[in-house]
Amino acid sequence: MIELVEAGVEGRLEPTSLRLAERRVAVIGSNGSGKSTLARLLNGLVEPTSGRVLVDGLDTRRDGREVRRRVGFVFTDPNAQLVMPTVAEDVELSLRKTHREKASRTAAALAVLERFGLADLAQRSVHALSGGQRQLLAIATVLATDPAVLVADEPTTLLDLANTRRVGEVLLGLEQQLVLVTHDLELAARCDRALVVHAGAIAFDGPAATAVDRYRTLVS
Amino acid sequence: MSAPLGVHQPGTSLLHRTTPGPKLVALLLFSVVVLMVHGPWSAVGFVAGTLVLATVAGLSARSVLAALRRFAVVAALLLAFNAWQNGWPRAIEVVGDLTALILAATVLTATTAVNDLLDTIVRALGPFRRLGVDPERVGLAFSLTLRALPGTLELAAETRDAARARGLERSLRARTTPLVLRVVARARDTGDALHARGIAD
Repeated sequence: MIELVEAGVEGRLEPTSLRLAERRVAVIGSNGSGKSTLARLLNGLVEPTSGRVLVDGLDTRRDGREVRRRVGFVFTDPNAQLVMPTVAEDVELSLRKTHREKASRTAAALAVLERFGLADLAQRSVHALSGGQRQLLAIATVLATDPAVLVADEPTTLLDLANTRRVGEVLLGLEQQLVLVTHDLELAARCDRALVVHAGAIAFDGPAATAVDRYRTLVS
Repeated sequence: MSAPLGVHQPGTSLLHRTTPGPKLVALLLFSVVVLMVHGPWSAVGFVAGTLVLATVAGLSARSVLAALRRFAVVAALLLAFNAWQNGWPRAIEVVGDLTALILAATVLTATTAVNDLLDTIVRALGPFRRLGVDPERVGLAFSLTLRALPGTLELAAETRDAARARGLERSLRARTTPLVLRVVARARDTGDALHARGIAD
């Protein structure tokens, strides 16, 4: 359960109060509206300059490390996120803390790749992957540690239609709670709830389909 | 795009089976020897030796050439400059020594998975923990460096293409300013991502 208590970031997001309990929450809005700031507040990458952000009762400012263990984060550009040369090694990097033993770490990494249909790419160089495969890998590396919540900041913006669908299906099918920042309104409409962010404030909060309509009128 | 020092190529050669520790120490000793022994003939010998090593490791001629091609321009410049300033023997020594070191490093990265290398570095630094060294952090810095090289080359190629598309291929500013900005932005994003993954905590 994520809770914002009058949480604001000066110059970027007005003080906002929210409770996010739905399994799939979409965040839509124009470029520069404050969506990314809102997303980054949820795992403590950005700390509120006023108010508090709580994840399962933990304050992101005080218990940042513990919060980030519970809230995974996927970025728009998987290149920034993938740091190891090969696919399997990048997943293993996530598992270094939980699996001290090399053999069990390798096995766990393979199991994660299997889950996302990336097992045959395990020994492949990260550079040799397509954009869609890289984003799936980025998602896999984050989910490897089993966070309770996944925040994704425009995860399909750089992808083609087929990969957008594939990544979208994976994200919407997760058992974890999902907070999805996106410009893909089709994807947003399939969530349980959506927030429209406009000029640094929440302009609408409610059922996803209504939110998408509201966003369209806001722009036109 | 291939990595400048070659990516890990799984295999079963003697060099693959050797643990990273001895290989790292060997590379270190080899580097010292290469730098201490002077003369063009020894340099040629070092290159020949590392080529044999690459063959033992089962590296294809293509990946060896790929590793050397990136160095070709610098090598040509170094060769020309040293031949002019210090004469041919010295020029061959400098370029030969560097080529041998690049080949040796390529063999190391090709036969060693980065995670194994990290494990070794972390283990080797263990005793220094008492002095305030965080071995995990040092290991991570190594892997980030290895990853940053191909990433930066990729950004450089993109920036060059963008400058060419605008007809600015001769403008130093159009080729460098975006590159610097993007490298810094990439570094910041990578920092955010590591932070989010809880790796640097």
